[in-house]
Amino acid sequence: MSGNLTAWEKVEIARSPNRPTALEYVDYIFDEFMELHGDRTSTDDKSMVCGLARIGEQNYTIVAEQKGRNTKENIERNFGMPNPESYKKGIRFMKQAEKFGRPIITFIDTKGAYPGITAEERGQGEAIARSMFEMSKLKTPIIVIVIGEGSSGGALAIGVGDKILMLENSVYSVLSPEGFASILWKDGSRKEEAAEKMKLTAEDLYGFKVIDEIIKEPIRWSRKNCFRKCWRKFKTKNYRNY
Amino acid sequence: MIIDKIKKRSTIGEEPASSSHADIPVGKWVKCNKCGEIIYKDKLHENNSVCPLCNYHFRLSARRRVWQITDEDSFKPFEELQNIKTVNPLNMPEYIDKLTSLQEKTGMTEAVYCGIGKIKGEEAVICVMNANFFMGSMGSVVGERITYSIEKAIELKLPLIIFSASGGARMQEGIISLMQMAKTSSAVAKANEAGILYISILTDPTYGGVTASFATLGDVILAEPGAMIGFAGTRVIEQTINQKLPNGFQTAEFLLEHGFIDKIVERKDMKDTLYKLIKFNK
Ligand SMILES: [Zn+2]
Repeated sequence: MSGNLTAWEKVEIARSPNRPTALEYVDYIFDEFMELHGDRTSTDDKSMVCGLARIGEQNYTIVAEQKGRNTKENIERNFGMPNPESYKKGIRFMKQAEKFGRPIITFIDTKGAYPGITAEERGQGEAIARSMFEMSKLKTPIIVIVIGEGSSGGALAIGVGDKILMLENSVYSVLSPEGFASILWKDGSRKEEAAEKMKLTAEDLYGFKVIDEIIKEPIRWSRKNCFRKCWRKFKTKNYRNY
Repeated sequence: MIIDKIKKRSTIGEEPASSSHADIPVGKWVKCNKCGEIIYKDKLHENNSVCPLCNYHFRLSARRRVWQITDEDSFKPFEELQNIKTVNPLNMPEYIDKLTSLQEKTGMTEAVYCGIGKIKGEEAVICVMNANFFMGSMGSVVGERITYSIEKAIELKLPLIIFSASGGARMQEGIISLMQMAKTSSAVAKANEAGILYISILTDPTYGGVTASFATLGDVILAEPGAMIGFAGTRVIEQTINQKLPNGFQTAEFLLEHGFIDKIVERKDMKDTLYKLIKFNK
């Protein structure tokens, strides 16, 4: 079972292109979903998906980091690496959720905020900081779910919430194991060793009390099974009553 | 402020004087502005005034728009707004003449039609601008009607839905028209404070002082496919920067890409989308 998997194996599962992306979870969990677009400033960054969702009579606002499922989609989604504008878009929807008293559910799945010239020019660091700043002020409940890769500030930017959950085979860390190894040991290839050292699995984070709950995933991992098992708990736990 | 291209597009569905669903037949055929197809008018109306061939969304009269999105016989216009008149601040007699003739021709009293209606049972304050009345331009009466409607939404705690279609501020009322931008924007700010849901729908064309005020302040901003939306007209921009503008500039799709609208909605889906948005915000 999951206990038999090494940290690195979990990293690989978390990154697997076969793993469901945020939109697939959203489709599965909610009775209805309407995606809405735009940061109202300059662009509609597709690495961040935002919209309105419902289970029964309860409405939610969704803010999710979205990877592509193939190369074409990944190019469109910037490989799930948000730009400063992505976070601005997220904040816009979160503030609206507060206005209408909707709980917010964020889905974390990114190898990090986009490292690029334009991202720096437009204030990537400030955008991440601003997102956490705004989230911590919101008067509406926020549930954060790490569904795949939760890497660095790019993940934490939408990770400030009242309940933090992690899928059993997701990872959450200060940066990627490759990055960690390369910074500490000047050798990115020691990624497996780094993964162990970093304590990035759901169990590790639960141990640190960084997260509130682990959502179990099936042993024989298949998309459909994963959906069913992971979310039964979510639904029965009545987060909708927040 | 109004670009030539916008002026040339025809509006179908001239306003009948009565509120019945029947249209006064003005020729049985109409030519699509985009693909050139000649379409039988009844067919076009059955298809929500959208070209069945190329999906071009014809401009709609305010009344037809109201029929398309509200439940039958549910829309009640604010009668108290019918008799508000412009003071004609620049003292232009020809302005009043033009207004009068437009009123006779369209059966509408001004460029925006406001009231309360139901969308699949959900009550909302609804304002619809009329591009075929003075290019939907905003003078003191339009500004007052919009502001009054926003205040009604606050008072009755109802969602607010505004369909914009406008060339911008009405030049004939000078600075008074300009001030309508501030007046309507402040009203939206109050509605926002009061927690009112405001859905703004940008339709072809939305320009100038309307783009630069209430139209872009919605909690949710929708647009119809292909609608031309902007602040300055394309001709003004081209002359100023001395460059040809890129294809698709200032279209709804262009705005979506640049983060200014939430969603492009086809006319056939508009009623359903509005209903869903109201439900999502309950
Ligand atoms: Zn056509």
